[in-house]
Amino acid sequence: MLGLNNKDTKLLIVVAVLTLLAPFILNPFPAGSAMAQFNAGYPDLMQRFVIFGIFAIGFNILFGLTGYLSFGHAAFLGIGSYAAVWIFKLFTYNVVPAIALAVIMAGLFSVIIGYVSLRRSGIYFSILTLAFAQMSFALAYSVLSNPKFNLTNGETGLQVYADDLQMFHREGLPDLPHLFGLSMRSTYNLDIGAWSFSFNAGYYLCAVVLMLVFYLSIRIFRSPFGLMLRAIKSNQTRMSYTGLNPRPHTLAAFVISGMYAGLAGGLMAAMDPLAGAERMQWTASGEVVLMTILGGTGTLIGPVLGAGFIKYFENIFSKINDSILHEWFAFLPDGLENFMVFIVHPFVGKGWHLTLGILFMLVVIFLPGGLVEGGQRIGKWIKNRGKAKDSGATTEPAE
Amino acid sequence: MDGLILQILNGLDKGSAYALIALGLTLIFGTLGVVNFAHGALFMIGAFCAVTISKILNISYEVIDPNQTDFLGNPLKVKTPYVESWFGPEMGASIIDWSVPLAILLTIPVMMLIGLIMERGLIKHFYNREHADQILVTFGLAIVLQEIIKYYFGANPIQTPPPEALQGVANVGAAIGMDLPYPIWRIVYFCFSLGIIGAVFAFLQFTTFGMVVRAGMADRETVGLLGINIDRRFTIMFAIAAAVAGLAGVMYAPINPPNYHMGMDFLVLSFVVVVVGGMGSLPGAVLAGFMLGILESFASTTWATTTLPGINQIIIYLVAIIVLLTRPRGLMGRKGVMEE
Repeated sequence: MLGLNNKDTKLLIVVAVLTLLAPFILNPFPAGSAMAQFNAGYPDLMQRFVIFGIFAIGFNILFGLTGYLSFGHAAFLGIGSYAAVWIFKLFTYNVVPAIALAVIMAGLFSVIIGYVSLRRSGIYFSILTLAFAQMSFALAYSVLSNPKFNLTNGETGLQVYADDLQMFHREGLPDLPHLFGLSMRSTYNLDIGAWSFSFNAGYYLCAVVLMLVFYLSIRIFRSPFGLMLRAIKSNQTRMSYTGLNPRPHTLAAFVISGMYAGLAGGLMAAMDPLAGAERMQWTASGEVVLMTILGGTGTLIGPVLGAGFIKYFENIFSKINDSILHEWFAFLPDGLENFMVFIVHPFVGKGWHLTLGILFMLVVIFLPGGLVEGGQRIGKWIKNRGKAKDSGATTEPAE
Repeated sequence: MDGLILQILNGLDKGSAYALIALGLTLIFGTLGVVNFAHGALFMIGAFCAVTISKILNISYEVIDPNQTDFLGNPLKVKTPYVESWFGPEMGASIIDWSVPLAILLTIPVMMLIGLIMERGLIKHFYNREHADQILVTFGLAIVLQEIIKYYFGANPIQTPPPEALQGVANVGAAIGMDLPYPIWRIVYFCFSLGIIGAVFAFLQFTTFGMVVRAGMADRETVGLLGINIDRRFTIMFAIAAAVAGLAGVMYAPINPPNYHMGMDFLVLSFVVVVVGGMGSLPGAVLAGFMLGILESFASTTWATTTLPGINQIIIYLVAIIVLLTRPRGLMGRKGVMEE
């Protein structure tokens, strides 16, 4: 279907079903119950899942396929956000032109930055991208917000004010980002028994975009171009000896992933019309690296899983406080309960970054393929165990 | 003229910190061939050694003094640090006052121990993996170290004053008839870092151990074939590099109150310094460290910021980009080390 083989079609359908039914899947606990705090099905968080999923998919096209580790991808996200908010400020709250401009601007910047950075490889490439991203951050944070030429509004962040131009804004259109009149904030709440599900227009826009770009990424992975990128990762010298110039291919991959980042930035601004410089800081670039590695580098679904995983824990894990821990361990005798709370305490709540760091290190050390590889290994183990039971004592033929 | 020299002086203290961190990074890269993203975290831990020592020295007991009363007429609780009761009030007070320099004594063994554990426990397993993997795992380690520090010391910067005798400003230009006011502690920091750099170079140049290490940096395999356990010596070099970063941090605490993410802030710049100086070149790292520190200070003058707004924020990155593109090996990089 759609030029995909059976396996990829299945994957695409699974992703489509998961994203479309996310409001149900992420809200498994009845509202008001003790477990309700683990519900992730509120619009703001679901949007972040999907947006960072897009960001990580794009990053994976560069890092997963070509092996070039960029530490400055958040710059494109920030540029996308700024571009989108400027469209809101000058022209209209409609999100389509905003997102389009976000992608185009991020693409332009990534052509320039990529052209320069890709002249070097390995650690030098990482440091060059880092330097460019930190430069953009510094420029956006202070320089481009002087009174004469205020492009980024500095520390406050760029936002839409009542006296902004908004040329194409008409009466009757919502005063928020909208898609041809459908406000991104409009949410339909469905109550079934004790459960409450919310369906948010903004989330579904992001979800549709995610499916499109996920499809695109499958096509890139399976295309001759994708093979070329893998060749760059495995042996660039050999590739150039066969008469192929690797640089245009890497540049194309860099620009594509930059545009993905810009798209994510544009969507972020479309969900919440403001853009701040801290989105470009190198810690933000580090986050997308974490997502991609944690989920599984070079796999199709990995980055999305990693993004979802990190964003879920960032929002849910960090809410666990001492009283909740005491509730959990209430079944233990008092002394042991306090001890367990004492042990677990540094890893949850404000300390969830510690858990993330440890988890990330464990993944890099033991599971270079990330969560996807972990899942595959468990799947294989279960399969083999089942087989061993069926076949009894028969010996496996040598491979 | 005075202004020019003052800008150079202003650049020196930051430059010293860059140079020390970059020196450690280069030592690790040159010996083990590992790109250590956790080096900034080691710098930060060093700074927190100063905080720890000053906290330990300030542990006190409370006595209710019936002779003194507070403004409500209740007897006043008087806190006396244990140090003061052990060594007498004057001696005790001066020990507390000199807590930052004293912290050096703690920093060296602690940092070497951390370095040893890090190398034997983690880095060892990454020799043969890609540089990207090394970056990633040390990046993860940096996050973990940073969060541990944040857990114990909180997220706010902690003021750690230098000894009273070294506070204040001295006129360093008095001898040559110029007016150059400059904080005393920064002079101390600069001299201290020069001392450390000198010690490291002397150690490498004039000891047998250093000679073996230099030989190992040039050709690890041959040194190994000569029957020398080069791995163990490289492990010790890692510990020394960690100690250098820690010492850079401990003395920097009074200049910049330590907070848990100061390491990351310095790390990014130090990497730029290493690359500008030339990967694997020790003199290059030191030179580039001081050079970029001074350059940054020049870019922060009002003259520079009015002609080119924001130049102080981006100058280092700009220099790094230009150097990387025109002189890929860096200023003093050796041939064949990490070219492409």
